[in-house]
Amino acid sequence: MVKHQSTIIELEHKAYSLREDLIRMLEHAGSGHSAGPLGLAELVATLYFDVMKYDSKNPAWDERDYFFLSNGHCVPIQYVAMAHAGFFDRDELKTLRKLGSRLQGHPERTKLPGLENTSGPLGSGLSQAAGVAYAIQYLDKNFKRFVYVITGDGELDEGNIWEAAMFAGKYKLSQLIVFIDRNNIQIDGSTDEVMPLEDLHGKWESFGWHVQEIDGHNVESIRDAASMARAITHKPSVIIAHTIPGKGVDFMEYDYRWHGKPPNSDEARDALHKLRTLDGKITGEHE
Amino acid sequence: MSPYPLADNILTDDVEKEPTRAGFGRGLKLASEADENIVALCADLTDSTQMSKFKEAFPGRFVEIGVAEQNLVTVASGMARAGKIPFTSSYAAFSPGRNWEQIRTTICLNDQPVKIIGSHAGVSVGPDGATHQMLEDIALMRVLPNMVVVAPGDSVEAEKATQAIARNGKPSYLRLAREKTPIFSTNESPFEIGKAYVLREGKDISLFGTGTMTYQLLIAAKELEKHGVNAEVIHVPTIKPLDDETILTSVRKTGQAVTAEEAQVAGGLGGVIAELLSEKLPTPLKRIGILDRFGESGSPDELLEYFGLTGSKIAKQIQSFVDQAAQNHE
Repeated sequence: MVKHQSTIIELEHKAYSLREDLIRMLEHAGSGHSAGPLGLAELVATLYFDVMKYDSKNPAWDERDYFFLSNGHCVPIQYVAMAHAGFFDRDELKTLRKLGSRLQGHPERTKLPGLENTSGPLGSGLSQAAGVAYAIQYLDKNFKRFVYVITGDGELDEGNIWEAAMFAGKYKLSQLIVFIDRNNIQIDGSTDEVMPLEDLHGKWESFGWHVQEIDGHNVESIRDAASMARAITHKPSVIIAHTIPGKGVDFMEYDYRWHGKPPNSDEARDALHKLRTLDGKITGEHE
Repeated sequence: MSPYPLADNILTDDVEKEPTRAGFGRGLKLASEADENIVALCADLTDSTQMSKFKEAFPGRFVEIGVAEQNLVTVASGMARAGKIPFTSSYAAFSPGRNWEQIRTTICLNDQPVKIIGSHAGVSVGPDGATHQMLEDIALMRVLPNMVVVAPGDSVEAEKATQAIARNGKPSYLRLAREKTPIFSTNESPFEIGKAYVLREGKDISLFGTGTMTYQLLIAAKELEKHGVNAEVIHVPTIKPLDDETILTSVRKTGQAVTAEEAQVAGGLGGVIAELLSEKLPTPLKRIGILDRFGESGSPDELLEYFGLTGSKIAKQIQSFVDQAAQNHE
């Protein structure tokens, strides 16, 4: 299967089932990041189950779109999406961060087919994606393939990001589509306290990018923004996706202390209950 | 094994000279004629790193990155993911000096065949001074898993080394110099990644050189002969992977060793050979190079003299090492 299409309802459900598997795998791993990956569930679900072209049974397919996760610490949500998409069995999710696992704490391309890069140290994924986009556009002259990127917002403190932004603007890398996970937190606190990023919209525009801003939990907006970005020629595209860190688990939402830790077993049970009942709004919780 | 073919008149004033970076420029063009996947990226130093020959021949495959060395190597990593063989060039002080973590993560751990060309390495950069005289690049690159490290001895070898790293499928670092240096090898001289070459046979002491210091060892060996020391000179253009066997074979014969390089001996060729010998064949060793300090402004010749890196200065250091060893023996 190379063309993926889902309805809005299916994508919303998918995001929640990715969150459930995410909570289980983080609890099992005993370490890892919770808030960022939870906040990316709609974005990752929409990319993997509607937007991107790929073949999970042939990850090296030469017409696939590329996906670069620049903020590598959010990889657990990507692993879950890849398992749901058939790159590997969901059972393997339990090996996250364990010795000998293909699911390293931060993504390693050489270990797991389907990953396009190795990331973790922040700020370099965008440049790598820009290198691929340059190669597609100028060397292969193939305008059918796209390069999708997710970066964090705290990651935008890195100088390497702005080197890449200038590069992509100069070469009008129209195959490059970047989502910024604008969740306003980083390790030491809010992005505003640590290093203010605004005017983010104006910054990217001045670097020669087409800029959109969306609600990063609205799958229809994500889908529409991706369509718009693909239609833009002569410019790279950035989509500032406003998200809630820890989305879906109320005691994690907006709390930067959940940036870098996993739930313990009580917290995981509580989190799963909230996810399955949409925070108590529905009954008939499934297992 | 047939002797290594040396160029004519190399120990006279008539020796032909050319910068190693010129050999790189020719080698890149030749490699790129043979392989259309080769692309070249530069950080605003296209002429002085000699990428201009490639740019003229293949303008569509040349990418100007601007003064942004972190972006230089990470964009290259992406291009490698898209099936290209990227050569990146800058001064060694900036690449790999500025962008080591990006090289580590996106090229070495990510195992992409990006080529890092560090030009203007060593104190012989001259008047620009310490900021631009890269001395730590060998140490920085050789500790990275997957990385190949090559410091060619002259421009003829640099041309061959460039073509060899184009084909090896691995992350690779090529160390080049700014100034004209003597050409001791010929078109017929062998070059293979991972091989060291005996340029001059001897029985009393093994002299190991990398980069352009190998030539100075040939001068030193001639000087030492006058004083009754019969030195073997071994050229070690590949620092990683190291040719353990050629090195150990020589040292088994001579029983004492010297290394010479225009770089920090800590972590450089001196460090590499000290590690090998102390594990496999403990041997008295003298390491010649830069000893835990930075360079400074001056003319290239003045600086090599000042740092004791000319043939005659090297010969003196070796002589006192040999004398000391003989005394210790008595």
